[in-house]
Amino acid sequence: MERTTIDLWVGIFVALGVAALLGLAMKVGNLTTSNIGDTYTVKAAFENIGGLKPRAPVKSAGVVVGRVGDIRFDGATFEAIVSLKIDKDYKFPADTFANIYTAGLLGEQYIGLEAGGDEVNLAEGDKIIQTQDAVVLEKMISQFLYNKAEEPVAAATAPAESTKTDDDALTDSPLDDLLN
Amino acid sequence: MINFLRNLGSNFIDQIWRLGAGGRLFGLMLISSGESFRRFRLVVREVYFTGVNSLVIISVSAFFVGMVLALQGYHTLQKYGSSEAIGVLVALALVRELGPVVTALLFAGRAGTAITAEIGLMKATEQLSAMEMMAVSPIARVIAPRFWAGVISLPILAALFSMIGILGGYLVAVPLIGVDAGAFWSQMQANVDWQFDILNGVIKSVVFGVACTMIALFEGYDAPPTAEGVSRATTRTVVTSSLAVLALDFALTSFMII
Repeated sequence: MERTTIDLWVGIFVALGVAALLGLAMKVGNLTTSNIGDTYTVKAAFENIGGLKPRAPVKSAGVVVGRVGDIRFDGATFEAIVSLKIDKDYKFPADTFANIYTAGLLGEQYIGLEAGGDEVNLAEGDKIIQTQDAVVLEKMISQFLYNKAEEPVAAATAPAESTKTDDDALTDSPLDDLLN
Repeated sequence: MINFLRNLGSNFIDQIWRLGAGGRLFGLMLISSGESFRRFRLVVREVYFTGVNSLVIISVSAFFVGMVLALQGYHTLQKYGSSEAIGVLVALALVRELGPVVTALLFAGRAGTAITAEIGLMKATEQLSAMEMMAVSPIARVIAPRFWAGVISLPILAALFSMIGILGGYLVAVPLIGVDAGAFWSQMQANVDWQFDILNGVIKSVVFGVACTMIALFEGYDAPPTAEGVSRATTRTVVTSSLAVLALDFALTSFMII
């Protein structure tokens, strides 16, 4: 089969295309950085997951160790069941804490794992018992306002009385002295 | 008034007729594409004409699109104090949308018109009839190789477009504006998913490749065998392909974003 320059150019073209695709996958995408191979799945129940989404990172000590699989609502306990796909290379004790955190003030939500001290490790299908819900900003603000509303009753009335007595003392005493 | 309605109706019926004819051509082409794979040299030749010859226009426009994206993105992002996110913005915009769509639009203008004009002229000069006389099926010999060449070329061109665009964006963002190079790449890698972003972009460009090439082939095959007919068919190729690409892009995106 004779070769022509067209073949050469088409070969270069296809090679360039493959190189660009590889470059996109390796340099631009996360194929190398967070390609999690074999995983095991554990479940965790939360009362409130906030804005947690499937594929959100699962981090421990700030390092990505897995991804959130699916999120379901359990009709019996009225809790959200989140399945966590964790890299097989990382073992966590059975009494690990799972918390929902927010990256930055407006960032995405992720699950942080804090290792416990148990000697038995989590295995496929296990359930994380100790969980902490997402912080819901509205809840926090309303709690803050509620607390604030409670305390000023004592704090605000006390200074008012003291100023009143001061004023009385200032206005009354010289007059009284003069009059008497 | 009656004339207006009459024209509207006849145009509509004409379009439906053309849609059916296009579908039939597509089916016939698929049936006879086995032959064009057996004689793969024909496809390679067409990849040269549609793909390799489009390299320059694709690379240059990708470079400028990437640079403009970086400039515009930086201008807006710095208002929110997150100019490091410029890499994510450029990469996601290119990989998800602009890469496949702009490549397909340029492809329709650069390669689609060439295909339509070539086939239209072959028909006008009765080359296609001559092939039939020699018992060579013009669909297997002319249409199918061009179709597969387009379907192969467009994803490659789109990947090159995204890559060159990102390099253009890098050139503007890092040396010119002074965004940190590490933040540029690391934020990009953290936020671009190879499956949900890059692979979906490739799927889009394959679909656009099928649509653009098929429209160009059909317009050429269907063109009236006159100079005016070929010129009209060429215009229609650009208009129909562009509209089809933009409409398909919306449909595909709505499927891909869950």
